[in-house]
Amino acid sequence: MTTSPYEHHEYDVVIIGAGGAGLRAAIEAQQRGLSVAILTKSLLGKAHTVMAEGGIAAAMGNVYAEDNWMVHFRDTMRGGKMLNNYRMAELHAKESPDRVHELEQWGALFDRTKDGKILQRDFGGHRYARLAHVGDRTGLELIRTLQQKVVSMGIKVFMECKVLQLVHDANGRVAGCVAYWRASGEFVTFSAKAVIMATGGTGRSWKFTTNSWEGTGDGHAMSLWAGARLIDMECIQFHPTGMVWPLSVRGLLVTEGVRGDGGVLRNSEGKRFMFNYVADMFRAETAETEEEADKWYDDHTAGRRPPELLPRDEVARAINTEVKAGRGTAHGGVYLDIATRRTPEFIRRRLPSMYHQFMELAGVDITREPMEIGPTCHYIMGGVKVDADSAATEANGLFAAGECAGGMHGANRLGGNSLSDLVVFGRRAGMGAADYIESGHAATDIDESEVDYAIAQALAPFERSSGENPYDIQRDLQEMMQDNVGIIRTASEIDFAIAQLDAFSERVKNIAVKGGRAYNPGWNLATDLPAMLTVCKCVAIGAKSREESRGGHTREDFPKADPNFAKINFAHSSDGGKWDSPIVTVESTLLEMPDELKALLKEAK
Amino acid sequence: MSDVTMRIWRGDANGGDFENFTITPNEGEVVLDIVHRIQATDAPDLACRWNCKAGKCGSCSAEINGRPGLMCMTRMQDLPEGTVTLTPMKTFPIIRDLATDVSFNFAMAEKVPAFLPPPMPEGGYRMFQKDVERGQEFRKCIECFMCQDVCHVIRDHEENKTNYAGPRFFIRYAELEMHPLDTNDRRELVREEMGLGYCNITKCCTEVCPEHIHITDNAIIPLKERVVDADYDPIAWLGRKIMRRSKKSATEAAVQPAP
Repeated sequence: MTTSPYEHHEYDVVIIGAGGAGLRAAIEAQQRGLSVAILTKSLLGKAHTVMAEGGIAAAMGNVYAEDNWMVHFRDTMRGGKMLNNYRMAELHAKESPDRVHELEQWGALFDRTKDGKILQRDFGGHRYARLAHVGDRTGLELIRTLQQKVVSMGIKVFMECKVLQLVHDANGRVAGCVAYWRASGEFVTFSAKAVIMATGGTGRSWKFTTNSWEGTGDGHAMSLWAGARLIDMECIQFHPTGMVWPLSVRGLLVTEGVRGDGGVLRNSEGKRFMFNYVADMFRAETAETEEEADKWYDDHTAGRRPPELLPRDEVARAINTEVKAGRGTAHGGVYLDIATRRTPEFIRRRLPSMYHQFMELAGVDITREPMEIGPTCHYIMGGVKVDADSAATEANGLFAAGECAGGMHGANRLGGNSLSDLVVFGRRAGMGAADYIESGHAATDIDESEVDYAIAQALAPFERSSGENPYDIQRDLQEMMQDNVGIIRTASEIDFAIAQLDAFSERVKNIAVKGGRAYNPGWNLATDLPAMLTVCKCVAIGAKSREESRGGHTREDFPKADPNFAKINFAHSSDGGKWDSPIVTVESTLLEMPDELKALLKEAK
Repeated sequence: MSDVTMRIWRGDANGGDFENFTITPNEGEVVLDIVHRIQATDAPDLACRWNCKAGKCGSCSAEINGRPGLMCMTRMQDLPEGTVTLTPMKTFPIIRDLATDVSFNFAMAEKVPAFLPPPMPEGGYRMFQKDVERGQEFRKCIECFMCQDVCHVIRDHEENKTNYAGPRFFIRYAELEMHPLDTNDRRELVREEMGLGYCNITKCCTEVCPEHIHITDNAIIPLKERVVDADYDPIAWLGRKIMRRSKKSATEAAVQPAP
């Protein structure tokens, strides 16, 4: 029995994060008869999942009967430049249709085909129209559906509860966590037989990002500190189309659905430049002329895919090159034009939130004018190394799902594969945690010394009478990562970043927080920064180690993919388990794919 | 743009006062940008909620010059020059500064009897676009709770909070009522326990909705009609008994587990 001086709760399963993965995991674990608590640092229903716009990828074959899990598997592996955990890609492709249908059983209302089935839309890297969607607000539909299901099941949700650190039992099994209530600033401990990490991404460490304040890599970092390993951290997705003007909205997401629905990219000379950037790997399936590309939208057998719908890494690099060559817009982007390609009625019906976003924030009417867009930090493919089937990490008792887990997307994620990832592996994490608990090996008690350490770290900024403002450190970190570990990387810049990150650690040790503990955003940021730095270090070390270009990792000094690097992940662990402990990085060999799956990749060439 | 005085309410449940900050807005900046700049410089402990900064999550609701608005979607250049007054939503208890305790809404969400569809046929449900569109309008709701904030039934009468769900949940009930697959009947519950009758359709909720949902016209008024039908019209009642799949009573629905 725990005799904590702090408020304390006990559950079978504690889930950290209330986005799609966390909510889906909770439903599964509760259905297995376990007591479940979800901890979220925001309010329920506000997680970053709501920002997903275009859709959820699932090979249901409602629009193209030719589609099936094997094609989806192939597209995912090719999009990921073969760095994926094949088993995750396989499970994802096989199970996502059931997960989409399940959402309708729980009340979701997707857009329909003429015969009443779930409508599917085209997206980059997907051979067939595959994304189930609701206009351009699919993420909202997903989170609201799961949220309402969770509430109807009576699952306990602790809101505005910021987790600081995982804690272990005497045998080193993950046994719970330490957190604090945003509203009061008081600490709270949770003990659990299993913990599921579902905290999302880490894009907040870059200057131009689609991520909110929440994307600080808490789950990546806490898992690493607790004994799990992180892989593929160098693989960061820069979404090709973020807003660039006005400056206050720079980085804000513009859905890939704009291109799926007919939008094209043009440079300042008015040229559709993507035809010049078709990599060999995609040449056979990509249109060579505008005429051919335009036929494809109505009938995928009449022409090949437009190059605007290449995977995101390809499109983002192309935009970057055009701008650097002086063919960008005045604000450093390129044009995304749907106004000359589709009717205003079509645009407003298919892309209502994009229409409002540009109208209200930029004063641009996208039914009449082109949008100005450029790459923005969007998603991290890397994450906690997990077993595909159970979502178990290498730390006993800890499971991970969603963006904070690694492997599913390899070196580059296809649009639409994240929402499906959340529900496929959220469910599997719930199953994995339940199986683990039923096996009888779960933790029973928490190590109080770890609790004391976490709380002392959190309170340290109040004890300094003078020191740095956490906002200054965050701003400098964002600029430093944007400049040195951004979309195009080179050894000297990465070395600079690694040295800088050590200097940032010293600055974090000198933070002084103003005000009290109750709902203090400055203090909350001070508790985010150790996680941000830990994750940035892994990203930088991974970027230095991978001396090739692959997916969301591009090296100016190693511009080509190297087959030797196709077989390995870089796996990071913490030597000491504290936020400022050294990071140890080793090569980890990819799982060998069975022959029948290899055959799928060959056949489709 | 010329300098603006940001007059921001600071305090907690024990009281507070306005604090002034002078700032020069940049082109295109929204109110939330200004709040962020103040946090990063003069007041790192200024409490406010936000997440997406794109009008999609509904976190940064506040009262801007006395009118409920999303701080992330309100451009400085669209506000009158001089002074901008920022206060927390009035209807909910203060936590600190611009952050309020919105747990009333989550308590109301727990009272909604679950969606209850028939078993799914092989290959999924068939529904038609025109039938899902009615519900889709209400599912655009981002739960900013500004409709709740502006609704005078609870804004000016704290005592009504125990028996009034508010516009956000009336659109939720309407959505379920109009859902092509749902078999639960919540009409009695909405009338007797959720206080639909208190709403006298002044449309304040519709005016502040950032998603431009026609809360009053498309949800509340049709819901009132259906609830009245259920209660007073024996022919409609009989017709429903014969023509429609049976809907479960609200009490039964409340305990019915979803699939």
